[in-house]
Amino acid sequence: MKLLTCPMNGTRPLSEFVFGGEYRQAPDQDTCTDAQWAAFVHNRSGAPGDKKEWWYHSPSGTWFIAERNTLTDKVTSTYLLGQKDTTQEAGK
Amino acid sequence: MPLRLLKFALSKEHPAPRFFKSHETPKKSYDVVIIGGGGHGLAAAYYLAKDHGITNVCVLEKGYIGGGNTGRNTTIVRSNYLTPEGVNFYDASVKIYEGLSEELDLNLFYSTRGHFTLAHTESAMRTMRWRAEVNKHVGVESRVVGPDEIAKACPQLDLSCSGQAPILGALFHAPGSVARHDGVAWGYARGADRLGAEIYQNTEVLGIDVKNGKVCGVKTNKGYIETKQVLSAVAGFTPRITEMVDLETPIVIHPLQACVTEPMKPWLNTILVSGSLHVYVSQSSRGELVMGSSLDPYEVHSTRSTLDFVEGLTSHMLDMFPFLSNVKVVRQWAGMADMTPDFAPIMGKTPIEGFYLDAGWGTWGFKATPISGKTMAQTIANDSAPDLIHSFRLSRFEDYELTGEKGAASVGH
Repeated sequence: MKLLTCPMNGTRPLSEFVFGGEYRQAPDQDTCTDAQWAAFVHNRSGAPGDKKEWWYHSPSGTWFIAERNTLTDKVTSTYLLGQKDTTQEAGK
Repeated sequence: MPLRLLKFALSKEHPAPRFFKSHETPKKSYDVVIIGGGGHGLAAAYYLAKDHGITNVCVLEKGYIGGGNTGRNTTIVRSNYLTPEGVNFYDASVKIYEGLSEELDLNLFYSTRGHFTLAHTESAMRTMRWRAEVNKHVGVESRVVGPDEIAKACPQLDLSCSGQAPILGALFHAPGSVARHDGVAWGYARGADRLGAEIYQNTEVLGIDVKNGKVCGVKTNKGYIETKQVLSAVAGFTPRITEMVDLETPIVIHPLQACVTEPMKPWLNTILVSGSLHVYVSQSSRGELVMGSSLDPYEVHSTRSTLDFVEGLTSHMLDMFPFLSNVKVVRQWAGMADMTPDFAPIMGKTPIEGFYLDAGWGTWGFKATPISGKTMAQTIANDSAPDLIHSFRLSRFEDYELTGEKGAASVGH
């Protein structure tokens, strides 16, 4: 069974989690062009590599960030947004 | 044929027939370089030669031909889509498939079985009616049927699904078929080879040279190739290729898994799909049940399969067919599905001159093999995409003109 570590609830089975997609920064809507906005809405960085992602622990309703390699599926750290310093050991 | 067989029997030598010539290293330049030796890439090479007389073409395959998603799907061919654009496109594909064994002189075991998409809820019935009406409007044979007709076509099916999700009806699609998927790749490979295209296996593309917005060459592990036209037909590897030319797309990779049981006597004639139970199943010509389910729930660039998948799929199979409880699953595997937000492919030209995309085939690529090969060959030959694939262009996202096909995906993703 695959495991993932929720920063609030510890290591839990992956079936308790929902993938929320890559963590992304929206362009400034007042200054960006229509094309830039359309690219933000639709395009994704699809190539494999180390990514920062949103994950959701469904039973407790916790959204958090996981840093994961999408080629090897290895999670290096999970933390609440803006609290990287409290990094915990991720699930193996 | 019998004379050929007799000659072969009397001959002292019996060399194994080869489907295509193997070449040492690629030439210095080609008119067109096709990346990806799956069904789509090989079909494009075949139609470039056959329809447009363009034969100075090479197909570069990182592994072996048909070893990617062409050989990993559950071989279903159908055209009962949701948008008129989609239905027209896939219908054109079904029509080519019907005569393809003859055209390629290879038995593809193309077998028209009829295809039932089961509905277990009122909202699913609504989608089935919607699809049936769109299909009829475009001239594709689909209709909504009740439980009686399903029971007649497949008496082994437990219509109550263990009482959990009783079947209310189905979308019946008469042209629904299965085919031998590796045969499609090999048939197109032989056809393309005979017409002059060159196929290179174990040849990996390492980079694509773009100067002033135009393609000028491809770097491979077997040397540099000059070319002005490159087609990327690499399914789950698409983001790695588009990254080489700095092209952004909406494609995200999720694994899609499938499995087969041990062979049984023929008992399942039709193709059955249940969106609510996340199952699609047909019986192959070898007697195995070929089964698939929904996508893995998060992005991974891997073809590793999981126990979770088999557990989930088989429990739903037993809801439908309780008598299968003693039947063993003998193989399971995964493919990398290149998913798009609207569940329609991305085909045609790109902002880079000479770089063409045949991608975003997610979970629906095999059925489109012939028509995508044909339309991509047209696109490359004329440097302009035909109307049939206009709705699948990459720029539809910038235009907010998506082609919503999610409701026609085989199972609820």
